[in-house]
Amino acid sequence: MSVADPAGTARDYAAVLRNAVVRFGSFTALQDISLELEQGAFWTILGPSGCGKSTMLRLVSDLVPAASGEVSILGKSTEEARLAREFAFVFQDATLLPWRTALKNVELPLEIGRRRNIRIPVSDRSPKELLALVGLQGREDALPRELSGGMRQRVAIARALVCQPKLLLMDEPFGALDEMTRDHLNLQLLQIWEETGVTILFVTHSIPEAVFLGQKVLMLGTNPGRLREIVDIDIPSPRAIKVRDTQEFTKYTAYLRRLLEAD
Amino acid sequence: MSGADRSDSPPPETSADNRKFRRWFSPTFLMVTVRGRSGGIVMPQRDADRLPRQTGVAASARRRLLGHAIPVGTAIGLFLIWEAGVRMFQVPTYIAPAPSDVGRTMVEQWPLLLRNFWPTFYESIMGFLFGNMAAILIAVAFVHSRTVERAFFPIAVFVNTIPILAIAPILVLIFGAGLTAKVVIAALICFFPTLVNMVRGLQAVSPETLELARILSASKSEVFWKIRLPSSLPFLFSALKIAATTCVIGAIVGEWIGANLGLGALIIDSTFNFRSSLLYATVFLSSGLSVMLFALVTIAEKLVVRW
Repeated sequence: MSVADPAGTARDYAAVLRNAVVRFGSFTALQDISLELEQGAFWTILGPSGCGKSTMLRLVSDLVPAASGEVSILGKSTEEARLAREFAFVFQDATLLPWRTALKNVELPLEIGRRRNIRIPVSDRSPKELLALVGLQGREDALPRELSGGMRQRVAIARALVCQPKLLLMDEPFGALDEMTRDHLNLQLLQIWEETGVTILFVTHSIPEAVFLGQKVLMLGTNPGRLREIVDIDIPSPRAIKVRDTQEFTKYTAYLRRLLEAD
Repeated sequence: MSGADRSDSPPPETSADNRKFRRWFSPTFLMVTVRGRSGGIVMPQRDADRLPRQTGVAASARRRLLGHAIPVGTAIGLFLIWEAGVRMFQVPTYIAPAPSDVGRTMVEQWPLLLRNFWPTFYESIMGFLFGNMAAILIAVAFVHSRTVERAFFPIAVFVNTIPILAIAPILVLIFGAGLTAKVVIAALICFFPTLVNMVRGLQAVSPETLELARILSASKSEVFWKIRLPSSLPFLFSALKIAATTCVIGAIVGEWIGANLGLGALIIDSTFNFRSSLLYATVFLSSGLSVMLFALVTIAEKLVVRW
């Protein structure tokens, strides 16, 4: 699939969806999704369970096909983008290989395809530096079982960055972590976003997390999964945790909560 | 714990290697791991589950000593009861020899026992290697192709349901009274548990990990070598531990059917000649062989599966 786009504007967007539909058999998981994700943006996706939040990320990352409509990443089809490692995925579970050390796990994407002489983009930062970027310097040789849940997820983020992706897709990456760890990782993620300039599409079921991280919040609805509203969050960067105590912040969370309940 | 114990500062860590070494050879550990034998599928065990929490040097040393003392003491106790029983009731040696008789025979007949030990050892090892190799390769084929699995899995189940004692004579007829038949029987007995565990192990990869592989555009062979095969290793070793003890059973059963040399042949021979002390000594040697192979696999597991 590629978007017919003579002006080449699709290339200016990290991802473009036009009337994208995803069906599983007769079940419509996503209906008519259209959006244009600007490069360097940080968008969060919020919605009740079963609204197709994860499916949307899987659609963009070429894991599920679109039944109709168009999806493009940096002007390429999702398959081309996948082969060129334009995007990376962070799952809810860290999905580290338990027999590999933290460093070896970060290096995994560099090993895949090397023998087949596939050109793999490589980050300016070495795997070791990426581990330092996520605050795991000194733990390079630790096995996943020796790391806490938050640390494992940070290894997974470092692994996602190792091929210098333009687009980072994150599927509730901090959903299984405790509140404190989550706050800490939220801050760290914002820092990484600012330092690397990567575009981030972040699925969460936590309203405060969606507002705290996102420049825009995509509110999805169920039956069928559809895009209900895109809410601009006008809170300036860099954001500190205490932003959450401001009236402005609670105004957004209250609004989103009303939207969620109205579905 | 006494007051003196409590005043101890936090314990220095026992060296990890030292602790590991003791764990391999601790009788309780061997028993825990052997227990998995009965079932077809054995879940790999986590170290954390079987390591007791250590609180102090004195306490941990005492616990370790107790851990060894209980099984060893029980075994010694049983031997003493056996010895006493045989003497008290004046049981004739050809019916049940006393442990002291068995021990004496073990020493006196050591050259004879050793001469019969090597063929069984060789058959067991060869059977272990061939049986497991075949099981691993077929498991790989099964995971690779559903059609192959559908075609051959029922046959594998069928072969497994034939009692080894029933199939042994058939194999001796086909392969003759030489080593081959025994190796085949030993291999056959190893085959099924390893097949089942290996298939499970190769499939024990989370869907998300496979999605990760797809996003990285990994080839089928990369998924196999980098993800499936390593994640199957804990399952494989659980199966190999079963095979380490059953391959000896297979070799001995094969020798029963027709052999001049080997622990199985010696068992038959000493039974029919009422040389009960020799029979018992042979039985102990057979079980010694199993324990040795089991310990070797356990050591290999500790070296390979470090996660």
